[in-house]
Amino acid sequence: MTRVLSDEAVAAIQAERGRYPDPRSALLPALHIAQNEVGWCSADAIEDVAAVMELPTSDVEEVVSFYTMFYEDRVGSYVMEVCKTVPCAILGADQIIGHIADRLGISPGGTTPDGMFTLLRVECLAACHRAPVMQVNSRYYENLTPERVDQLLDLMRRQAELRRGQAREAPLPPLIGRVEAV
Amino acid sequence: MAQKTVLFKHLEQPEIHRLDVYRDAGGYGALRTAVNDLAPAEVTQMVKDSGLRGRGGAGFPTGMKWSFLPKEYDTSYLVCNADESEPGAFKDRELMERNPHQLIEGCLLAAYAIRARHAFIYVRGEYLAIKELLDAAIEQARQAGLVGERIFGKDWGCEVSVYRGAGAYICGEESAMLDSLEGFRGFPRLRPPFPAVRGLYGKPTVVNNVETLANVPHIVANGAEWFKSTGTEKSPGTKICSISGPVNRPGNYELEMGTPFRYLLEDCAGGMAGGKSLKAYIPGGASAPMLPGDCQDVGIDFESYPAAGSTMGSASFILFPEDCCIVFAQLRISEFFSHESCGKCTPCREGSRWLRQMVERIEEGGGREEDLPILLDVTDNMVGKCFCALGDFATSNIVASIRHFRHEYEQHIRERRCPFRPHPAAEPLLQIAGVA
Ligand SMILES: Cc1cc2nc3c(=O)[nH]c(=O)nc-3n(C[C@H](O)[C@H](O)[C@H](O)COP(=O)(O)O)c2cc1C
Ligand code: FES
Repeated sequence: MTRVLSDEAVAAIQAERGRYPDPRSALLPALHIAQNEVGWCSADAIEDVAAVMELPTSDVEEVVSFYTMFYEDRVGSYVMEVCKTVPCAILGADQIIGHIADRLGISPGGTTPDGMFTLLRVECLAACHRAPVMQVNSRYYENLTPERVDQLLDLMRRQAELRRGQAREAPLPPLIGRVEAV
Repeated sequence: MAQKTVLFKHLEQPEIHRLDVYRDAGGYGALRTAVNDLAPAEVTQMVKDSGLRGRGGAGFPTGMKWSFLPKEYDTSYLVCNADESEPGAFKDRELMERNPHQLIEGCLLAAYAIRARHAFIYVRGEYLAIKELLDAAIEQARQAGLVGERIFGKDWGCEVSVYRGAGAYICGEESAMLDSLEGFRGFPRLRPPFPAVRGLYGKPTVVNNVETLANVPHIVANGAEWFKSTGTEKSPGTKICSISGPVNRPGNYELEMGTPFRYLLEDCAGGMAGGKSLKAYIPGGASAPMLPGDCQDVGIDFESYPAAGSTMGSASFILFPEDCCIVFAQLRISEFFSHESCGKCTPCREGSRWLRQMVERIEEGGGREEDLPILLDVTDNMVGKCFCALGDFATSNIVASIRHFRHEYEQHIRERRCPFRPHPAAEPLLQIAGVA
């Protein structure tokens, strides 16, 4: 019996295990599946993954702590990961980070008290030609300006209700869509 | 020498991502020819004869890499490196987004050449949308009998799986990538044995970059001589160049190898934005040493950049304008390598952290005169002493920025502050963000 993972998630992980010559390869896919459902790699989620993967919990923890995309702490419903690497940095990344921090009243690394937004500074997202860039729940938002960020925050707030209970990596609602290059 | 479209067919045929359009344009014809008419060793020979060199950064001859596999083996694997985590690099993304079948056909051809029956495309974790797109394209190809068992009705078949990483630059290093694919932390492996002998799941494995593999269908379709007729003698073919920073048209441009950087900057990217001058640039992503802005006649190929004091790497050009603080830029580069050091070996883990801390202190106005020799001394103790090349990468721009812009470091130290602050675009919100 798993504690937090749904039957669908368990079945999806089982299916992943069958796709590789060695089932251990399914560990990263399994953690993506679990985090998508639970929101982060909580101790319960890790135990569930370990059980389905037939691995010691410590093996799973070791992998979680190595990869930056696996969250070891609780994060908000929208994880705003703003790139701060050099091409973005010389084109205003810190301004965008500062703007979001200001609007949300949190510092990078923090989550709003309502659990809606987390702000993270991350390394190059491979979209330097559309700097400044961020990902929100693994989707790209590019050519950011403070105005665009405000628009996005507004839309996310308005749409948050609709998203309740949905998987994290479900695309943001169409209203928000992708911020296209200017 | 100028722009030339081989890999970027989508510029002429925007719908090329569709299987039917790709096939109408001759797609999967090279695979058909290979599977029907060529022995695996003949495909390898063609790629060898073409002179194709790896586009992932090191420029290793591709056909030679394929021929390093042992004479006899029962199982082998092909791994496509789509980790693309080098700051400044965003070319593989466009190749996959715009023309997924070109890459899938390249993977299948390489797999055929090494008689692999399973190919993996390792995409960085952030490429969720690209994974979905590739999965869909592979499914289409499977329906058409191009992926899976008995391709073109022959005995050989090949599965193609897309594997998603989870945020770790080191997983772009080929042996760390194999560990990651096996479900472990991405730590580089001791070599020898090389992946060609003992790779994924202990079996002979070839790892190639996306752009390298995307070239293979064109070589098989048009022949080695055709490929060699473009580019330079030692760097044949085209190169996708990523250019970012304050230029008028940042983006990816496919150029004939040997084209001078000036052409990329002026003719392709439309020159510097806002009439600013170019202070410095990095030709090959954050791991390649920066060059002064006036080094614009260097040819974009594997030989010319080393001669000029840098490397072409993945041809990821990062441009720094006249009002950019080199120490600030270096700080962001050092932060990157310190964050991305995997922690396996001491010189890289500790050295990359020290370098970051010292550059940070100088940028914040707390630098001391003796800091510059200490920085260089730390790099001396890292180069060639780390477990993998990441350690060397962490030092290259420290050395280059001190070589070319020592006066900027000295000014920071002398004035006990960053003379460029407020940074044009980076401040004044730094404080608010709690970053500075
Ligand atoms: C730290 C580090 C990061 C690397 N990152 C990448 C990468 O993101 N993409 C890539 O293709 N090669 C990367 N490489 C190079 C690979 O190890 C390998 O040489 C390459 O994938 C081989 O393919 P090629 O011969 O087709 O170039 C990296 C190497 C190191 C040391
Ligand atoms: S530096 Fe921000 S996406 Fe590359």
